Amino acid sequence: MVWDWIPRNTALIWGALQVHVVLALIPVVAGLVLAVPLGWLASRNGAVRAVFIPAASVLYTIPSLAVFIVLPAILGTQILDPLNVVVALTIYTVALLVRSVADALAAVPALVVAAATAMGYKPGRRFVSVELPLAVPVLIAGLRVAAVSNISLVSVGALIGVGGLGQLFTEGYQRDFPTEIIVGIVLIVLLALVVDGLLVLAGRFITPWARVAA
Amino acid sequence: MSLLFSYLFDAAHWSGPTGIPARIGEHLFYSVLALALGAVVAVPLGALIGHTRRGGFLVVGIANGMRALPELGLLTLLVLLMGIDLLPVTIALAVLAVPPLLAGTYSGVRNVDQGAVDAARGMGMREWQILFKVEIPNALPLILGGLRASALQVIATAAVAAYVSFGGLGRFLIDGLKSLDYSQMAAGAILVALLALAVEGLLALVQRAVVSPGLRGGGRRSPTAEITTPDSSPDSTDTTTATPEPAGATP
Amino acid sequence: MDGGIDVIEFRSVTKRFADGTVAVDGLDLVVESGKITVFVGPSGCGKTTSLRMINRMIEPTEGTITVDGRDVMAGHPADLRRGIGYVIQQAGLFPHKTIRDNIATVPLLLGWSKPKARARAEELMQTVGLGPEMAGRYPAQLSGGQQQRVGVARALAADPPVLLMDEPFSAVDPVVRESLQDELLRLQGELGKTIVFVTHDIDEAVKLGDKVAVFRTGGHLAQYAEPAELLARPADDFVDGFVGRDRGYRTLGFLSDEVPLGTITPVHVGESATGGWTLVVDEEDKPLGWVTGAGPVAEADVLPGGTLHPVASGSLRSALDAALSSPSGQGVAVDDEGRLAGSISADAVLAALAAAREAA
Repeated sequence: MVWDWIPRNTALIWGALQVHVVLALIPVVAGLVLAVPLGWLASRNGAVRAVFIPAASVLYTIPSLAVFIVLPAILGTQILDPLNVVVALTIYTVALLVRSVADALAAVPALVVAAATAMGYKPGRRFVSVELPLAVPVLIAGLRVAAVSNISLVSVGALIGVGGLGQLFTEGYQRDFPTEIIVGIVLIVLLALVVDGLLVLAGRFITPWARVAA
Repeated sequence: MSLLFSYLFDAAHWSGPTGIPARIGEHLFYSVLALALGAVVAVPLGALIGHTRRGGFLVVGIANGMRALPELGLLTLLVLLMGIDLLPVTIALAVLAVPPLLAGTYSGVRNVDQGAVDAARGMGMREWQILFKVEIPNALPLILGGLRASALQVIATAAVAAYVSFGGLGRFLIDGLKSLDYSQMAAGAILVALLALAVEGLLALVQRAVVSPGLRGGGRRSPTAEITTPDSSPDSTDTTTATPEPAGATP
Repeated sequence: MDGGIDVIEFRSVTKRFADGTVAVDGLDLVVESGKITVFVGPSGCGKTTSLRMINRMIEPTEGTITVDGRDVMAGHPADLRRGIGYVIQQAGLFPHKTIRDNIATVPLLLGWSKPKARARAEELMQTVGLGPEMAGRYPAQLSGGQQQRVGVARALAADPPVLLMDEPFSAVDPVVRESLQDELLRLQGELGKTIVFVTHDIDEAVKLGDKVAVFRTGGHLAQYAEPAELLARPADDFVDGFVGRDRGYRTLGFLSDEVPLGTITPVHVGESATGGWTLVVDEEDKPLGWVTGAGPVAEADVLPGGTLHPVASGSLRSALDAALSSPSGQGVAVDDEGRLAGSISADAVLAALAAAREAA
């Protein structure tokens, strides 16, 4: 471990970290926005569910590097374009969250939905004020898995030349310099822990009823 | 579309030491080694923690922590430290196999009907008999669910070995990338996905064969079930999930 | 019947849990061999803890427990437990094993051959009233009552002299519970095991127990007596409150003093009634029901009667039931063959009850 490499390269490390955060978290947000309506459809419609859920499982089996590489051919982007990584990770996030959302919505007690309807909620309003909030705990659990795995996966982008902390791995490997790799690993794990912790806190904050329940 | 399949359907790529069958063989070899190592660590640990019902926080911590480890960083680091050898590759991949197996085994053993365990103890089974005759057979659906998730993850990720000069289907991805040969890369991607699906299907059949018919259907928790922490406090967000993350956790 | 060998003895047994709660406090008690002893009390009274200390599922903090003269703390707990049957609430069957293999568990642990253990299991299924077609099924395919029968069969498999039953029937519905209780009494009549039975239901305790130990919160033994004694002379206010307000009525179940029978003139179908309530019997003099008014009796006119009081085996309770449930106000008593023996009035039952109280 060459400790003094770190202060000498703070700019490089800081820059890589910023890129990493952006590349990892945009897909989480985009994935959530897409997954909620899709998951709602799947929870409503058995046929949709029968297509989405297996499709999502198949998506998992495709290696991320393969997706990073094949996407440019489909999107018409440059192979080095970070957009490839963002789109690929968004696809993974949607695949993971659709199932969470569908399961969470299906688990909302029918009585609660019936009561809301009886009180005069229209379906759209009822979804936003009743069903979605009750699905939040499961949604948060899905988001945590998606965020942590995205943070780890972004580093693979380095193999196709996309920035982020993964660059510390390819560079460190080519220069036979373990320190750089260790710094990358530590930062990625720390970043994952911080984001995970923030999601837990956010979940507690927006579901106060879960805290009071015995 | 022809670009996607031209490499794959070229007969010349189906023979020899760098042919597709040989690469599939290598890929499976790395994957099986890693799964075996992962299972040797994760299953006894998960079973022990589940049986004693102590240290559930360890499972959550280990599983979450290991999930956050970047595979590419781990692999390059281990190879730099240990040399280009099968062992660092196996260890790096085994790290992926541990979280689902650990979580599946732990929650499987932990969620066995406590009445059955109490009855087993009360009838005079010793602790190891309770574990092997009651808890593990009942936990089998979740343990095998964990194994399937692990296998998916490891097979999809074993392609990373090619980056540090090993064989396997990752070769097509890395070599194709170097020469910008899309067809070759596509072949690699398709083959990895097909291999993962084939192994998944095979394991599903194994599961059908070895799990007692008494455990099928009705109220069994799925392999993606949440692990409840010992006190099952209301903040169920403090639990880890055995949900497989995108298996392509690296090349 | 093992003639007084398999006595279970608690000598100043105390159980203090790690958190400081005292579950059982200085318990002295002798469970008699070949009898059903029921531990009953409100939750937190230490009845289950006391039971579970017998097979060392919980170990006592102080004092000794002996089974058949041997200290339970000597030797390996697993060896002790293999010699003691154990039935719990929800049955605790192994979901991954067939009914046959569930029952064969202890014999297999004891090293019996598989065919012998399975044959024993099938024999026991018959004993507890399960059809042979159930042998290959799995617990999830059985009803709660059937599962509980399997639980009992499994506990009996190695023919242990002692049986511990921890609220075994509390999770099934009242009708099934009643039949399981009757079945247990029938089985016990054949087997004569030393049974310790835990329940929170005083009715169940009184029905099943040869002796009943009432526990009070904090792990104290409040009273240990035969059921009739318990009902007639509760040791203190706690026991009095626990056995409940209707204990006078429950007491009737244990008094078999003779109730003087009145005479009653029945008619057969086709004969003529003379007016008012008239009892109708068949050719064998077995009661069919009642008719009102005068005139020829048609089968369609017969109203169902109340419960019947069997003179030989009945109690004051069945006599009172018969009197109160009859539409005519006159209870019907029958002999062992079910033939009409006479009539019973509620007044006569109450007079008999007063006489019994006097004597007690």
